[in-house]
Amino acid sequence: MNFLEYIWLIPMYPLTGAVLMLLFGRKLEHGHKNSVVSAICPGMVGIAFLHAVGAVIQLTSTPNHVFEKVMYVWVAGLPFHTSAGTLVRFQADFGYLLDPLSAVMVLVVTGVGFLIHVYSIGYMGHEGGFYRFFGYLNLFMFNMLTLVLANNYVLLFVGWEGVGLCSYLLIGFYFHKKSASDAGKKAFVVNRIGDAAFILGMFYIFATFGTVNFQHVTEAAREGGIVAPFFLMTLLLFIGATGKSAQIPLYVWLPDAMEGPTPVSALIHAATMVTAGVYMVARSNALFQLAPTTMNIVAAIGAATAIFAASIGLVQNDIKRVLAYSTVSQLGYMFLACGVGAFWVGIFHVQTHAFFKALLFLGSGSVIHAMSGEQDMRKMGALRSKIPWTFGTMAVGWIAISGIPPLAGFWSKDEILWQTYSSPLGSKLLYGIGLLTAGMTAFYMSRLMFMTFFGKSRVSHEAEHHLHESPMVMVGPLAALAVLSAVGGLWFKQLEQWLEPVFEPVKGIVHNEATASGQIEYILMGVSIGVAAAGIALAYHFFVAKPETADNLEASLKPIHTLLLNKYYVDEVYSAVFVDGPVMGKQLGSALSKFDAVVVDGGVNGAGWVTRGTSTLSMLWDSWVIDGAVRALGFFTKVLSFPMRMIQTGFVQNYALVIVLGVIVLGYYFIR
Amino acid sequence: MISITHYLFLSTALLTIGVVGVLTRRNMVIILMSVELILNAVNINLVAFSHYWGGVHGQVFAIFIIADAAAEVAVGLGLLIALFRNKEVVNADQVDLLKW
Amino acid sequence: MLDQIFFYLFATVILASAILCVTARNAVHSAIFLIGTLLGVAGLYLLLTAEFLAGVQVILYVGGIMVLFLFVIMLVNIDQSLRENIFSHQWRVGMGAVVLLAAELGWFVTKGGVSMPARTPDTTSQLGNVQQVGDVIFQSYLLPFEIASILLLVAMVGAVVLAKKRI
Repeated sequence: MNFLEYIWLIPMYPLTGAVLMLLFGRKLEHGHKNSVVSAICPGMVGIAFLHAVGAVIQLTSTPNHVFEKVMYVWVAGLPFHTSAGTLVRFQADFGYLLDPLSAVMVLVVTGVGFLIHVYSIGYMGHEGGFYRFFGYLNLFMFNMLTLVLANNYVLLFVGWEGVGLCSYLLIGFYFHKKSASDAGKKAFVVNRIGDAAFILGMFYIFATFGTVNFQHVTEAAREGGIVAPFFLMTLLLFIGATGKSAQIPLYVWLPDAMEGPTPVSALIHAATMVTAGVYMVARSNALFQLAPTTMNIVAAIGAATAIFAASIGLVQNDIKRVLAYSTVSQLGYMFLACGVGAFWVGIFHVQTHAFFKALLFLGSGSVIHAMSGEQDMRKMGALRSKIPWTFGTMAVGWIAISGIPPLAGFWSKDEILWQTYSSPLGSKLLYGIGLLTAGMTAFYMSRLMFMTFFGKSRVSHEAEHHLHESPMVMVGPLAALAVLSAVGGLWFKQLEQWLEPVFEPVKGIVHNEATASGQIEYILMGVSIGVAAAGIALAYHFFVAKPETADNLEASLKPIHTLLLNKYYVDEVYSAVFVDGPVMGKQLGSALSKFDAVVVDGGVNGAGWVTRGTSTLSMLWDSWVIDGAVRALGFFTKVLSFPMRMIQTGFVQNYALVIVLGVIVLGYYFIR
Repeated sequence: MISITHYLFLSTALLTIGVVGVLTRRNMVIILMSVELILNAVNINLVAFSHYWGGVHGQVFAIFIIADAAAEVAVGLGLLIALFRNKEVVNADQVDLLKW
Repeated sequence: MLDQIFFYLFATVILASAILCVTARNAVHSAIFLIGTLLGVAGLYLLLTAEFLAGVQVILYVGGIMVLFLFVIMLVNIDQSLRENIFSHQWRVGMGAVVLLAAELGWFVTKGGVSMPARTPDTTSQLGNVQQVGDVIFQSYLLPFEIASILLLVAMVGAVVLAKKRI
């Protein structure tokens, strides 16, 4: 079977699952047929994964490793002139592109997605709304696959919006809880801000290149010689990416998104959706390369976000919150990599991060499941003997994220640090920030592990009775992800070669090669390992060896601790400025909504009213004037005929009289 | 001397009397008799012209008129009898069905 | 001289009888007066040397048609009350029209009478009037004669059919 030709089926499998859930889910739920749901939805993702594997294998045998298939032309517009003066038509296809970059993404999305679906069978088994969860999850897979397989910005944006919607639906899955529904709303609204910027960026792209197709834009940009506001264009795209991938300033939704079920956090907010921003930036690498200022901004924001989120994660007590801030921090690393020009490294980190972050989230879900819903780490401890499989797999993820070789996280994170140090777009300052963040990452992850699995047990008595290892259906994916986290970094050389054609340098930009020598690279490698080990050791000291020191430090640095615990009060500031604030807040929103209701809707209603009015006039004209004319004819006939009728009396002598009168007249006429 | 105009005036007078009878009387028999008066007026006219201008053509025409008048009277009176059988009256203004 | 006297005599008879005929209340009286008119006309024909026509007039008109009239009057006539209106409702209009007609016809006659030639008695012919009429009828007007006979036949059949009780 030609997997490539049928590439459009890959998103369709999970869509089928979602539609089936939409149509039949309720009945299945009532019939207690959870097994059917469990078979359909993960099954669909599994089939999508197999298909994707087949397609990628077939891709390796195509020339240039590029396969594009346009299903049909979705939007076709009228011709107009670009800023360069050429005549173009807007055309957005419903088309799929499989090249090295999207191949990596599709394999990660379907593979990790499949494992998470399987895990969810066990995790969500006792919840209500089983079919709804899987329906939304499949819908998410559909949208994500559309996003990564799209061949143009518009279709990508369709998937972009779709995953935003599914994120909202899944964060607010427990919609009875106000905090959950609020979190869902927050995610959607913050995302929207980024989307607005993304759309503006797309307009710039079209105005400059006359097309939104990835291949064409990239080729045109690589050709060079185009004068366009690349800075603004790429800045707008990047703002869109910050919304979706939770960077400063639009990251605030991601910690709140932990209100959703843990598999959701694993899939959407660790492995796949949040990486969509990175994917989009990598896809537009030709444009970014033409705007060095934006690259600097990207790297700076990436680094700032990384250290900022890591610092918050140091003191959080909710196990999922730590992981959430960790995700934000790691996403900062990915953008740092893209910002210094090492796009393939950013994608590499996407892949490794997907493995170990999904593993850590699912593991934490297993912990929470064992703790009967308890998420506060201060109430955990010494769990490693109780839930050994969970501990073992999470330990692999912990080592991976800390950057200890030869696990996956080491290869990607180290490469990022090396590129930051050596690339002409990087700087020592950025390297320093990255290094410090790596240390903090190791520290807080170790803190998490030690507080949860080591030390003295602080578990409450009721929870202790229910402590049990998770079922096989949950542990299986954990084990699979652990294996992937262990070996997932070893193919970095092949990955770099595989992704090379996608990230070709653009003509006209001077690219200096890495200015440092190979020796420095190994030195830096050693430094990063040392920093990671130092972080782990520090955490061990604070949380296992001498737990009192942690409390003493906390007491002495109370203000800093409070600041970090309250996330730098960013949410409060946003709320004060944008929600309740005098200019940007609710007043503006309600004013705009009034404007919409009165002016815009009024305009529309007015159009309807005008139509009604003119048609009423028309009706009046028709019924009075035109029908009146017709009826007048009849009326006049009646009026005229009335005297005429009287002539016919039936009285023959009258007729005789008329004859005589006629004779008189005619006689006079003829014989005068 | 009796010129033709005398006869013409006579004929005209007889004609007008006949027309008066046709237009004015209610009894249909008398209407028919007035029609006879009119025909006779015409006959006088014809015969007078025939006399004053020579030739008998006028008289022949008058003979035909008399024959015609006979036929007409026969049919007319037959109609009258048929009408009388249905309506029991012979007044013209009570038979106003020749309309509409 | 003599013809003047006879003319005026006959004219008076004709006109008086005609007026009485039209204004009589009783239908039988009306019929009798009509007979008088017809006899007067016959006399006028004699003055106009139309002997055959005079004879035909008396025989046909008086002897045939008036008898028919009288029979029908006797068949249809009902008792007439004295107060019954004998004139129709349109008598005023009718009289007006008739006056107009009379005026117009009189005007025609006076206008045209100037051009009428004087009497030229026809003495060229040796034949009697009957023969003259017969010659003309059976030579020039043969076709109308035949048609007139058919007409009379049709009228007869029609009258019989019309007057039957059951067809």
